[in-house]
Amino acid sequence: MGEGKQGGFVAGIDVGGTFTDLVLVEPRTRSVRLAKVPTTVENQSFGVIGALAAAEADLAALDLIVHGTTTTTNAVLERKLARTGLITTNGFRDVLELGRRTRPAPYGMTGVFCPIIPRDLRLEVPERMDASGAVLTPLDEGALREALAALIAADCESLVIHFLHSYANPAHELRAAEIAREVWPNANVTAGHELLAESREFERGVTAAVNASVQPLLTRYIDRLRGELERGGYANDLLIVNGNGGMVSSRFVGREAAKTVMSGPASGVMAAAYTGRRAGEPNLITYDMGGTSTDVSLIRDATPAVSSEIEVEYAMPIHLPMVDVRTVGAGGGSIARVTDAGLLEVGPESAGAMPGPICYGRGGQEPTISDANLLLGRLNPDTLFSVDNPVSMEDVAAIFERRIGGPLGLDAYEAAAAVIRIANARMAGATRMVSVSLGIDPRDFALFAFGGAGPLHAVAIARELGIPRVLIPGRPGITNALGCVVADLRYDFVRTLNQPVASVDMGAVHAILAEQQREGRALIDKESVETARIDTIRSADMQFVGQTHLLRVPLPDGAFDRETLQAAFERVYFDRFRVRLPEIRASLVNLNTSVIGVRSEIDLSVLIDADARAATLAEAQTGTRRAWYDTGWHDTPIYRRERLPADASFTGPAIIEQMDTTIVIDPGDRVSQDRDGNLIVEVSP
Amino acid sequence: MTIDPITLSVIGAGLQQVCDEMDLTFSRAAFSPVIAEANDRSDGIYSAEDGALIAQGAGGLPVFVGTMQFSTRTLIERIASGETAAPKPDDIYIVNDPYLGGTHLMDVRFAKPVYRNGDIFCWLSNTGHWPDIGGSVPGGFSASATAVEQEGLRLPPVKLFKRGEMDREIYAIICSNIRVAEQRIGDVQAQASALRVGEERLGQLLDRYGDDTVRAAIAELRTRAAQQMRARITDIPDGTYRSQAIVDSDGVVNEPLEINLAVTKAHGELTFDFAGSSPPCAGPMNSVLATTLSSVYLAMRHIFPDVPMSAGAFEPLTVITPTGTFLDAHYPRPVSGCAAEVSQRIAEAVFAALVQPLPDRVTAAPAGTSGNFGLGGYDPERGRSYVMYQLSGGGYGGNADHDGLSNGCSTIGISKAPPVEIMEQQFPVLYRRYALREGSGGQGAHRGGFGLHYELELRRGEARASFVMDHGRVGPQGALGGADGAPNEVTVWRDGAAYTPEHLSKEQDIPLKAGDRVEVKTPGGGGYGDPANRDPAAIERDERLGYYTNRP
Repeated sequence: MGEGKQGGFVAGIDVGGTFTDLVLVEPRTRSVRLAKVPTTVENQSFGVIGALAAAEADLAALDLIVHGTTTTTNAVLERKLARTGLITTNGFRDVLELGRRTRPAPYGMTGVFCPIIPRDLRLEVPERMDASGAVLTPLDEGALREALAALIAADCESLVIHFLHSYANPAHELRAAEIAREVWPNANVTAGHELLAESREFERGVTAAVNASVQPLLTRYIDRLRGELERGGYANDLLIVNGNGGMVSSRFVGREAAKTVMSGPASGVMAAAYTGRRAGEPNLITYDMGGTSTDVSLIRDATPAVSSEIEVEYAMPIHLPMVDVRTVGAGGGSIARVTDAGLLEVGPESAGAMPGPICYGRGGQEPTISDANLLLGRLNPDTLFSVDNPVSMEDVAAIFERRIGGPLGLDAYEAAAAVIRIANARMAGATRMVSVSLGIDPRDFALFAFGGAGPLHAVAIARELGIPRVLIPGRPGITNALGCVVADLRYDFVRTLNQPVASVDMGAVHAILAEQQREGRALIDKESVETARIDTIRSADMQFVGQTHLLRVPLPDGAFDRETLQAAFERVYFDRFRVRLPEIRASLVNLNTSVIGVRSEIDLSVLIDADARAATLAEAQTGTRRAWYDTGWHDTPIYRRERLPADASFTGPAIIEQMDTTIVIDPGDRVSQDRDGNLIVEVSP
Repeated sequence: MTIDPITLSVIGAGLQQVCDEMDLTFSRAAFSPVIAEANDRSDGIYSAEDGALIAQGAGGLPVFVGTMQFSTRTLIERIASGETAAPKPDDIYIVNDPYLGGTHLMDVRFAKPVYRNGDIFCWLSNTGHWPDIGGSVPGGFSASATAVEQEGLRLPPVKLFKRGEMDREIYAIICSNIRVAEQRIGDVQAQASALRVGEERLGQLLDRYGDDTVRAAIAELRTRAAQQMRARITDIPDGTYRSQAIVDSDGVVNEPLEINLAVTKAHGELTFDFAGSSPPCAGPMNSVLATTLSSVYLAMRHIFPDVPMSAGAFEPLTVITPTGTFLDAHYPRPVSGCAAEVSQRIAEAVFAALVQPLPDRVTAAPAGTSGNFGLGGYDPERGRSYVMYQLSGGGYGGNADHDGLSNGCSTIGISKAPPVEIMEQQFPVLYRRYALREGSGGQGAHRGGFGLHYELELRRGEARASFVMDHGRVGPQGALGGADGAPNEVTVWRDGAAYTPEHLSKEQDIPLKAGDRVEVKTPGGGGYGDPANRDPAAIERDERLGYYTNRP
């Protein structure tokens, strides 16, 4: 354990759209405390403090608090952004508004687009570099000072400096930022190249603009939270989960605030990778189904796929390395309807949280996936009565019969079954598209199900995709908070070479990789968190000369030669496209290194209290109810998850209920548990 | 055989998935940026009997809606008549003949029969836009061709792959007739690979549900799609709705080409009559019938994007063959402009006719040009020749709900424009401006979106500039009292003197030397509704944001 570094007693806190979840782990005593409190939307720190209080956490005794936040995500999606000004090259102030000449959907000539910085706050100054970085027009510092004064007078809180070709030569941006920092009333100054030193003026500009316009919000929030924690007696560093799945000190997080936009989903995927590695399942497709949507991602060798080309919404690219989480559509609240062609469709419209599914008792009148699960006995009907204004099963059935059954000639229950079948088929198809676009065959992976609704559908979806195993962690509903507890320190480096493999200087290749590794280690040493070891992942982005798409090729440890590089690329290419192209030369575009400070292991079996487990399976069973499966209705034993004996194994049909989710096991599928208490479902073909 | 509605939905989604996976494979494996980045390609499944469209990838280029069903039908007919050799398993045909159910020569189609138990179950086909197909101009968009032979190599359907093996002799003939041939092998393999992936995935679907069930589902889905389109057009009151759209010129003779359209709603169906449109033209702005039909279909799909793409959706739509007009061109009329420009004028005519009875559904006219500016020259610093293309967007039409989008992609495309920084890295040009074109959106209760205003300078050497654009004579038309968007403007600055192409939006090989500039202002979208009804807050915002500081 590093001198003066923290480990030990850790709190992971994830703020989601509805709930703030907390996991408190004290490895020495094997104690775990959990809390789930409503998210406080206006100021998320109240919910965080509330969760710590609910878990009766002694802040003074905590070694570390790690936090996943949706502050910046919500700010971007709801456009509740800090007032931000832009100073850019003469002739180019509209780059952020023009985009790349697109429309929201291939068909339909409508849609709206609201640029992230309004036109009257985008100002131009004379300056110009060419693509090689040569100065064509020197920076007009007088004009710059006038522009700064105008933006300050316009009450801008944050500033972006974005000049053409600054990735090639940042001199003008650096000088402009220097002048800006003299006069700007706060520290919120973002220069485009500092965040992303790559060409493409729209993407770099939007990335910088997102950063600047969430920076004051994130900083304010973190400062407030840190103050609250300190008042409560907490004396150590507060760490924030970044979109790349690594953590960064709250002291530095504001500088690159845009990196936190995918904080929540990233921490869930990190927890999945961690859980899978311990379970001997390093290759996973994660399936996180919530109320309005489902997120899918890919984990290979216990490493989540990372992308630097995330588009948060239409025409909102953030080109920073972030865990590649794709939203594939339906969630529990997705609405089913019959089209005027007489075909049943599920989603994309969602009942959301208000009014929500019919069964929420908040006035929802549209049939949803959750309601279908309820009618089919897959969800516990008692949940109907746990809401303020309960509706009856008959009410739900009547709506299904009227809206779906009638037009299709089905009764209410057949209609609900149809909704589940269609929803599963659609979600499976979308999941398959994600895996195929990332170049893998889903049958080679296990499915990791989490989120409130993931375990309800995961087994059926795995069967649809030919996935042999489903892994359901101990606490599916708080996976994101667990991700905070197990997240590593992580730094990513990219260097562009863009040279043919045949002529690239292999000495330079190795020097770059070594330099990236050194830099990462130095940064990790600066953090105040204990690490068990430091891992390095190296890869190359490659293509055939003349192509535009890149393939990521894992690089071996240690030295390798040109032939090894060429062969590794050809193998990856063949695996992906079943094509060999000996006629064409390969090109080495980027060298990537991720340096990861791995924290000491946490025994996940502590997530389920060993003392609460029953001695026999029969004692874990709470009853029986009829439930529907693809093969029809079956009398189904209902189990409490936390009561399952640690060595219990059984065959479906079965329904397993726990506080944060419900797990449906299809008839014939075999369930067992591993030493961490994960459920492993062997899916019969 | 009846089929339950749930299995029907599942099979429908499965067929769609097969096409989407073909699209994805094609783009990811392709070399040409036109395919890999601009997605100028499409993949689909077609009936074994008559080539009717069964399903098509959602990410395909819109102009290809429906085109491949015509080329597949022609292929089936030619096989039946013996003109084309009969297929065997694992054969793949190649064809690009515009007059055999195509678009322009650059759009090269592959077709592969899918066999089940020794019989053809269906055809898979895809189209990819090749970056060159020979002919007088690199890239194929000659603004002044007067016969198809000047536009490039024309291939009747022939087997490029026989029993899975590529015919190296046919391929050698192709390579000897096109530019940058050495990279085509990658695109050819990608295009074939997409069809093989499709065959494998479709095979899995057929194995799972059974050939007969899938066949029955395909028939039923076709019927349902027809019902759905019928249900959508019931809102249109019976009657005839007329419109006109103008193509600036054919690039050779400087006279406007008229598209006159009468859409008649009767008996629950729509009939599209282009009678009275201009006769076939000397230059390359002719359209072949397949492209004309496809343009009507793509316009209808823009209006009703949720109706699935299948031959059934087209059943209630009858297009009377516009015999004797430039919208039904025959050999040897040049056709390179049909897919990129004429198609968009046809779509504009459909929008302008149907916005009258469907004011909540249809927008005022969008910019509707691909904005193709080509620059070919020699870079003395790098010691090499280059051809650069700048495709640009324009404003979309205002609509019942909103102002139009600014700098949207062409009606028939979905590709992104290249970044200025990438263009300047690759070519000896310097952009002086890349800006929103102020004042270009047509006024209306909901105004049109704004076009693009760019200006670039040649830094070194000499070059020739070519333009294939449109909407130079008149701007995109406003609707329901809205004003027209600003027309396209091209200005070439040579030695500081302004030159405007005689045909306004089309000209070939304008010589430039270092320091000369090209300035392009793309069209704004048409306005929607009476400008007097515009929300005062929206007017105030437009003024504050400087959208109308410089009126055109």
